[in-house]
Amino acid sequence: MKSLSRLMAITRKEVRQLSRDKLTFAMIVGIPLMQILLFGYAINMDVRNLKAAVADEANTHLSREFISQLNETQVANIHYRVNTAAELEELLRAGEISIGVAIYPDFDRRVGDNSRAAVHLLVDGSDPTTVGVANGLRNMPIAFDTTHEANKKGLIEVRPYYNPERRTPVNVVPGLIGVILTMTMMMFTAVAIVRERERGNLELLINTPVTSAELMVGKVLPYILIGLIQLALILVVGNILFDVPVRGSIVDLYIAASVFIAANLGLGLFMSTAVKTQFQAMQLTFFLLMPSILLSGFVFPFDGMPVVAQYIGEALPITHFIRLTRGIMLREASLGDLPFELIYLGTFAVVAMTAAALRFSKRLD
Amino acid sequence: MNVELAIRARGLSKHFGDLRAVDHLDLDVPKASIYGFLGPNGSGKSTTIRMLCGLLTPTEGSADVLGIEVLKRSSELKPKIGYMTQKFSLFGDLTVTENLKFIAEIYSFPKSETASRIDELLEKYDLIDQRIQFAGTLSGGQKQRLALACAVLHKPQLLLLDEPTSAVDPQSRRDFWANLFRLAEGGTTILVSTHYMDEAERCHKLAILDHGVKVADGSPEDLQASTGMTIVEVLADDPYGAQTVIHDLPFVASVTQLGIRLRVLIPESVDDALGLVDRALKNRNVTATTHIAHATLEDVFVAVTLKPAEQAA
Repeated sequence: MKSLSRLMAITRKEVRQLSRDKLTFAMIVGIPLMQILLFGYAINMDVRNLKAAVADEANTHLSREFISQLNETQVANIHYRVNTAAELEELLRAGEISIGVAIYPDFDRRVGDNSRAAVHLLVDGSDPTTVGVANGLRNMPIAFDTTHEANKKGLIEVRPYYNPERRTPVNVVPGLIGVILTMTMMMFTAVAIVRERERGNLELLINTPVTSAELMVGKVLPYILIGLIQLALILVVGNILFDVPVRGSIVDLYIAASVFIAANLGLGLFMSTAVKTQFQAMQLTFFLLMPSILLSGFVFPFDGMPVVAQYIGEALPITHFIRLTRGIMLREASLGDLPFELIYLGTFAVVAMTAAALRFSKRLD
Repeated sequence: MNVELAIRARGLSKHFGDLRAVDHLDLDVPKASIYGFLGPNGSGKSTTIRMLCGLLTPTEGSADVLGIEVLKRSSELKPKIGYMTQKFSLFGDLTVTENLKFIAEIYSFPKSETASRIDELLEKYDLIDQRIQFAGTLSGGQKQRLALACAVLHKPQLLLLDEPTSAVDPQSRRDFWANLFRLAEGGTTILVSTHYMDEAERCHKLAILDHGVKVADGSPEDLQASTGMTIVEVLADDPYGAQTVIHDLPFVASVTQLGIRLRVLIPESVDDALGLVDRALKNRNVTATTHIAHATLEDVFVAVTLKPAEQAA
């Protein structure tokens, strides 16, 4: 009996403490809620609305009919019409589209010819699911309303770009860089300020001539270096073990990574000024990591997500970084091809860092 | 008044919600002296110190520290003051020397002089053998010496010490105070908060705080000479019985038991306090000897912190 009352004393104390930690309490509700919303609602294996462009070199009644039928599947959403297949490749490389539809000038004749494809789908193979979706399109039922005898097979041929052998590591590693950097960078800095607050170091520091900005930037600098070392490690292992290429400029990749790391560190610092304990900082990191993995396009194709999920994804730095890494490493894109992504990351870093410095008052009240 | 003041505060107040942590505090701290804040926990000592170095914004009132208006120009003040927190606040995972070096860099101490300054401090504060030891593994007294060394490294004109000796043994406290006197002789002004009477007694001047209000200030000698109380010391075989008797006397302000002795505080306005106590004890058949004693700082403390309660009653 004594043991039971002691046990209950511990339990009651634990519940009492827990109920006073508002953030932990919020997480008890927030984490399952977020997960079920993410997995049940936002994540859609049935991909729709992939961005597409068409180069209709035939421009006949039949080819226009084909395009309208393709549009009706809602799998591909035609955003651009261009003149040549070369222009499709350009759009693909810049990440503007996931699928390019190239229709040959002799489309009408090829439709009746079983031995040759009439349409080529140029697919961005740097996004793992897109190729599968495009392959699905190959089997779409096409019924031309003319009496034209269409060939049943081989009307559409899929041509995956950038990862023709469709090896998983090639798809995964560029995104994985983003996930690893998000995880470690945010975790390191989220605890940085709050750790010193817990240990009492902060009361000493704020009494010295150190300014908030000096403290913030000074804390962040070593972690940028750590992040770049992590990047090198992933690239080397990825290349040696899995033959993952870096087709674009390695300098571009490092510039993108530096800005991305700064953005994550800024976010981490901001979190650190907002929480009271290291435990809360870890919880918040975990809370932000889930959407970073699921809504960034790392696992599920971005275009397939509902609009709300896409907005959340767009807000996360990792989404933009994954676009950059896939572009630079696999599609041989340069930073100039993807200017918006870099500008977003840079702005995010500056805003987060400034917000952290402003929140971190050198006063105690 | 031509005495140079290191700190001059007028009407300094800090409210936390309904709590008046510090209530209209006036303070004049002369330069190159040790000024003490004596008061129980929660009397507003830490809050006052934090307002004086710009860590907390006063709800009301103003303070000039070293001729600088704290509220407006606290960043100018920081390089001129040294601050020692109640809790050890140096980096436990850095060595003694690394902590000192870090502080030197933070205060932009001239690089060429840093090494010799650190050696000087290690020597002065008896930390030479601990120079490559992690600060987190030092003993209480060593930690405190390191904290003081860090607080004075940049040669501040004013040192603010918030209960610096609350975690150290009596010998370390004695050594610590010897160091403070050396610093004051060198021209440093020191403001130190404490709840130890023996420490308060060492200060040149002190202010007694109670519930955020300054209830008395002056030199320890002046305070002891002007308690407004007659102190009767009672030696009794049955101190508890004697205490019961004395406690019932309407004119007695306070009774404190110290072993078999009782210290009885009676307002000076009461004539023949000794005789009154004697007779009261005899009437109740309590055997005891009594005599008039000099006021200690503890008597002062009891006398001044009693007043608000008496007035309320």
